[in-house]
Amino acid sequence: MNDLNTNMIEKYRNSFLNEVEANVEEGEWVKMCMQCGVCSGSCPLGNAWEHPPQELFMMIRAGKREEVLSSDSMWMCTSCYNCIVRCPREVPITHIMHGLAHYARRLGMEPKEQPTAKFAQLFWDNLMKKGRVNELKLGIDLYFKVGEGMKTALKNKDIGIAMWKAKRMNPMEFFGGHAVKDLNGFQKAIKKAEELEAARLDKHKA
Amino acid sequence: MSDEIKYSGYLCTGCGIGDRLDASQIEMIATREGKMSACKSHEMLCSKEGVEMIRNGIDNDGVTHVMIAACSRRAKVEAFNFNDVAMTRANLREGVIWVRPDDDEQQETTQEMADDYIRMACAELRSSKQPAPSGEQTLNKNILVVGGGVTGMTAAIEAAKAGYTVHIVEKSGALGGWASKWYKRIPFKAAAAGTSNSRTADLPQPIETGVDEMIAAVEADGNITVHLNSIVSKTSGAPGRFSADISTESGSTTTENFGSIVQASGFTLFDPSELSAYNYANSADIITNAEMEELAKAADGGPIKRPSDGKEVQSVAFVQNVAQSSDKKGELPYHSGIGDLIAIKQAIYCNDLNPGCSTTIMFDNLRTPGAAGEDFYRAGQQAMITFTKGIVSEVVAGDSPTVKFKDLILDDDAEMACDLVVLDVGMVPNSGPDPYAGIEDLETGKAGGESEVVGDAIEEAAKAAPEVSVDSILNLGYRQGTDLPQLKWGFTDSHFICFPYETRRTGIYAAGPVRRPMDIKQAQDDATGAALKAIQALEHAGSNNAVHPRVGDLSFPTFRKEGCTQCKRCSVECPFGAIDEDDKGFPMYNESRCRRCGTCMGACPVRVISFENYSVETVGQQIKNVEIPAEFDENPRILVLACENDAYPALDQAAISGEEVSPWARVIPVRCLGSVSISWVTDAMSNGYDGVIMMGCQRGEDYQCHFVRGSAMAAERMAKVGDTLEQLGLESERVVVHEVAITDIVRAPALIKEMEETIDKIGPSPFKF
Repeated sequence: MNDLNTNMIEKYRNSFLNEVEANVEEGEWVKMCMQCGVCSGSCPLGNAWEHPPQELFMMIRAGKREEVLSSDSMWMCTSCYNCIVRCPREVPITHIMHGLAHYARRLGMEPKEQPTAKFAQLFWDNLMKKGRVNELKLGIDLYFKVGEGMKTALKNKDIGIAMWKAKRMNPMEFFGGHAVKDLNGFQKAIKKAEELEAARLDKHKA
Repeated sequence: MSDEIKYSGYLCTGCGIGDRLDASQIEMIATREGKMSACKSHEMLCSKEGVEMIRNGIDNDGVTHVMIAACSRRAKVEAFNFNDVAMTRANLREGVIWVRPDDDEQQETTQEMADDYIRMACAELRSSKQPAPSGEQTLNKNILVVGGGVTGMTAAIEAAKAGYTVHIVEKSGALGGWASKWYKRIPFKAAAAGTSNSRTADLPQPIETGVDEMIAAVEADGNITVHLNSIVSKTSGAPGRFSADISTESGSTTTENFGSIVQASGFTLFDPSELSAYNYANSADIITNAEMEELAKAADGGPIKRPSDGKEVQSVAFVQNVAQSSDKKGELPYHSGIGDLIAIKQAIYCNDLNPGCSTTIMFDNLRTPGAAGEDFYRAGQQAMITFTKGIVSEVVAGDSPTVKFKDLILDDDAEMACDLVVLDVGMVPNSGPDPYAGIEDLETGKAGGESEVVGDAIEEAAKAAPEVSVDSILNLGYRQGTDLPQLKWGFTDSHFICFPYETRRTGIYAAGPVRRPMDIKQAQDDATGAALKAIQALEHAGSNNAVHPRVGDLSFPTFRKEGCTQCKRCSVECPFGAIDEDDKGFPMYNESRCRRCGTCMGACPVRVISFENYSVETVGQQIKNVEIPAEFDENPRILVLACENDAYPALDQAAISGEEVSPWARVIPVRCLGSVSISWVTDAMSNGYDGVIMMGCQRGEDYQCHFVRGSAMAAERMAKVGDTLEQLGLESERVVVHEVAITDIVRAPALIKEMEETIDKIGPSPFKF
């Protein structure tokens, strides 16, 4: 268990709901869920979720911290926004799902070998290098780190060639790729943001 | 005005009556057979000129009895409003031309129908008198309010504002009742229109009870007299002339006269001591919702402390629906409805007064009725109340009481330890002893007839209901018991669909939680309504006419003393306990308690009870004056006795909707099926009618009868008519009783058609001449 997780448990000993309110994006909305289940019924991937959104909200209120944060349910969200559109209470469910996933990841509690989590990390690392997503490298990383390597790459070769011809993808990107105009500035901004976030979390240690 | 009687007929030829019917033949029948001195016609009798023609006859020609042959008696009542004469109406429009096809083939039978309705209306008129007030009644603008809680105080304040004097009789030593123990009350206004779904929206919060202000208003009001530590030890009389003995605890008694009474005796909280699963009796920290209010009130703005050791409460579980909607003996078979609103209110207190306190409401069905309902639920969510759908199996007593429950959403068996457990218990009405306890179950079972199971279920429910207080509240000196009759589960209701304010005792209105469980706002609304009803009752009593439902009716029942056998049927069967008995056992009618249904008239075996314009004779003469064709004509006659409240309007509506009614039917409206005298049926049979249909309202548990028991009484009496028919050598199918609703506009004519077919099958009556 990492330090941050231990600290969070200490701080919110009595209420996981309070913890979610304070640390999860849009977490203040969880209490407003009235358990109608429209979100769960609207989710196109609903049957892939062990705990659909409405149930996750109830689990948060029932204090099931471990189960919620280590669940892979919120990682299933594809951001189709069906649930937000339909929620009679206008709860921003999609945002909360990502917020929960992000919070679980920060605490190191996300399920291991979770493909969405892995891809998210690839995406982030890729983006950080140049301030722009290098789609060629991201694709290749995806094939070799999440998919089945060469087999997956070959399966998609026709699409790749078509995109090259249509000038949607440049093979030369493989050797570095283009960057934002002020790469130095971009990296400084990110670094600053990370510092602020760390400082915020440090407060919980106190 | 001379005492000379002059009958006069008026025929309307408008609305197609003149086109479809032979007006000169009608006029001839009215004058020759109907013995009208004249029969004038007008092409639109309800017009100003038409009405003036009738008025002129009354004012200048000495007409004392008016027969109007036009539309249904339910139509144009404002135009044909002649209170200074006796009046009858022949229904030629809805009763004849609108229910018969307009073709030559049907012309003869249609005309026959119209002719008969003229004969009937004239016959009815000849045996009617102009109703005149008895002068028995007086105007008394003093109102008795029993109970000094929110309901009683509201009724008193409202009546006093309208200029009436009020006496409040309160059993305890202070005004205010339960609500004076409350910290705050449930809000009753929804969030402002357009309030968003935002989690920070401005939503309704618990509000001040306002009870202290009410008490101050009552005490300051010169029109209101308060009797504390007092009960009503005796009530006698009738609306307009009630007399009540108000006795204090110390034994002194004062007698006051009242015009009407409001009973606001309130409720008692259900006692959960006997429920083993909740351990209420075994822990000071397992409390009822009322005790939670007292804790919050005692905290006086500071933190709520738990009763056992004074610890500031940091976690509270609200266990909802304790022993409510239950089929278990000793528990409540109904739900109080407002328990979840109370729990939300109290959980919000905990959040406000004890910062950081965690609150959980364990519900099965969360119900938040009222205008603020859903918004108040959201306010509870904003306040971080945890709403858990679950079924509580046990509350374990201990240092921290533990609630064991099944979480129905997560399908988990869970338990939760907390500082305080609040039980949501229901409201039990403070009714006096039910005058009809025992009798009613028996009768409902019998009258229901169709389904044994229903009867059993009612009996079961009656058994399941807990014992209510049996001390009399009103101590009425009525023939039929000391208190208001109860509808169900101890609540003093009468007709919750049509007449929500009425009880079965005229001039006495129940208000507040004695009628059904309600919160402060509902009780205040209810009390205001009851105050208005009380005013209406005493004003009508003062002007000598009926208050409800035949508002303004001047007729009242009287009896021919020489003929009375003192059998007491009228005084026992009156659905409203209006009739007492004098020392010698003769009935005393108390006309201002009377609703003019005529159930007494139907009950009387020697037919001595009558109204001026409604009697055994007025209907009997209509039956006898129908022309019965000889047998070989194959023209049957069907007598339809239709309740004027539902069945008759249903037939009118059938006419308006273009339904056909059998040309053999002759419909006579009756005030209530309960007023039907068996002699009408036997007379009809011996006069050669081929069938008799009685149409009344639904009876039994979910009765629709305007007079509560009239329809049931009729069914009971008619159950015995089969023997009479047998003695006459007639088939029992010739007489049927149907329950007809006001919406049965297709079914009512179909029932007549059905009788036509029955007669086809069994042949004409052998009694034709």
